Amino acid sequence: MSLNVLGASILAAEGGEGSGFQAPTPAEFYQPLIGQGDWAITRPIVVLFISVALISWFLVATTRKAAIVPSKGQWVTEGIYGMVRNGLARDIIGSRDFLRFVPLLFALFTMILVNNLFGIIPPVQYPTMSRIGVPIALTLVVFVVYHAVGIRKNGFGGHIKHMIPPGLPKPIYVLIIPLELITYFITRPLTLALRLFGNMFAGHMLLLLFILGGEYMLIHGAFGLKIAGIGSFLLALVLTAFEGLIEFLQAYIFTLLAATYIAGSLADEH
Amino acid sequence: MQHFTGITQVVGLAAAEDTTGQRLPILPLWGELIFGLIAFAILLWVVTKKVVPNLEKAYAERTAAIEGGMQQAEEAQQQAQAALEQYQAQLTEARAEAARIREEAREQGASIVAEMRGQAQAEATRITEAAQKQIEAERQQAIVSLRSEVGRLSTDLASRIVGESLHEETRQKGIVDRFLAELEAGQIQPEKVGAGATGENTHAQGELDLGTADGRDA
Repeated sequence: MSLNVLGASILAAEGGEGSGFQAPTPAEFYQPLIGQGDWAITRPIVVLFISVALISWFLVATTRKAAIVPSKGQWVTEGIYGMVRNGLARDIIGSRDFLRFVPLLFALFTMILVNNLFGIIPPVQYPTMSRIGVPIALTLVVFVVYHAVGIRKNGFGGHIKHMIPPGLPKPIYVLIIPLELITYFITRPLTLALRLFGNMFAGHMLLLLFILGGEYMLIHGAFGLKIAGIGSFLLALVLTAFEGLIEFLQAYIFTLLAATYIAGSLADEH
Repeated sequence: MQHFTGITQVVGLAAAEDTTGQRLPILPLWGELIFGLIAFAILLWVVTKKVVPNLEKAYAERTAAIEGGMQQAEEAQQQAQAALEQYQAQLTEARAEAARIREEAREQGASIVAEMRGQAQAEATRITEAAQKQIEAERQQAIVSLRSEVGRLSTDLASRIVGESLHEETRQKGIVDRFLAELEAGQIQPEKVGAGATGENTHAQGELDLGTADGRDA
């Protein structure tokens, strides 16, 4: 509740300026369509399911009759699939075990990529990953998988022991053991989710700011501000292109780190 | 002070409406979290069951096709190698055959040449012999005719010396023939010619001398 108050106070401070420009707030990202509160069907949920339907349709349509000589659609899918399969899974996890993680990594990559790109693609223009719940959901999956894989391979004790680097002087372990446990159980999932969320949230906020600000200056501003408004729109265009790059990059990084964590749990030596 | 009243105002307002929007953006909505999981589960299922198997099958088929192609190429290369070896073996054989035939031909040629040479030699010998015989025969004929001529000439000369024809008497008594026979037998030595020459030579020289004497006298 105190956090809610803090958020509200930020709002109030900005809202308290009077009839001037209303800067976009985090509250803009909450867009319930049906119901309200925790269990509302929000816009990101709808976008999420649309993206899943689109991705599933595209992937199935292009690979249903996968042939040795690929069609155009199959070629596109294979390009992405090959990047995840060979460039990420095989190179990071190793050719012995990588194949069973390819579906997970491929699904992660396509889902994040499409949902990120939705942030700049009209008519959606809403990055689902800017709602923390969605990256947390994906991170949970990765978290569970990399621990489950480690426990299945080394047993529970072995898995925990595997996290601690061997061969260090005894006193160091006092420091290392909590550090490593924090890394594996808190830092990794937290950063994985927050990195994706933060990039999408901030990027979208920036675009909102430039576009809404530009619009405000263009409509309500004096002559000088109108020119600034045009500049703001131009900058929004540039940032949109930049945002597209970041959206791809974040999808790639998330998948890369997921593969790295899985590889770490599977590695024979620390 | 105004600030704080602002807060209470907003909080009061939010309590009446939906306060979820004012929540810190790093706090998840349960609905979004759960539906996020469900959405991802659906996609994962589709990818695992429908997409990846097909793609992996295509990958495997492609690999098989490439490897099959490579194997075929290797087979073709082996066949080519075998063919090359066969050709080379045949070439060697053909060369040996050619050398053998050449050798045979040379031998045959040599024997033919030898045979021909022998034949030519024989022919030459035969021709030479025939020529010699002919020469001998002609010589005999010439001797005979010369003898009669010499007899007649000497008789003519003698007749002119004596003053009357001695032909009848000479023929009757065979003087010339006897003289010549004696001359041939070497019983008479020509007086003008140096002694010592006998046989055919002597006879020839005699004839010559007779001829010259005849010419000189005439």
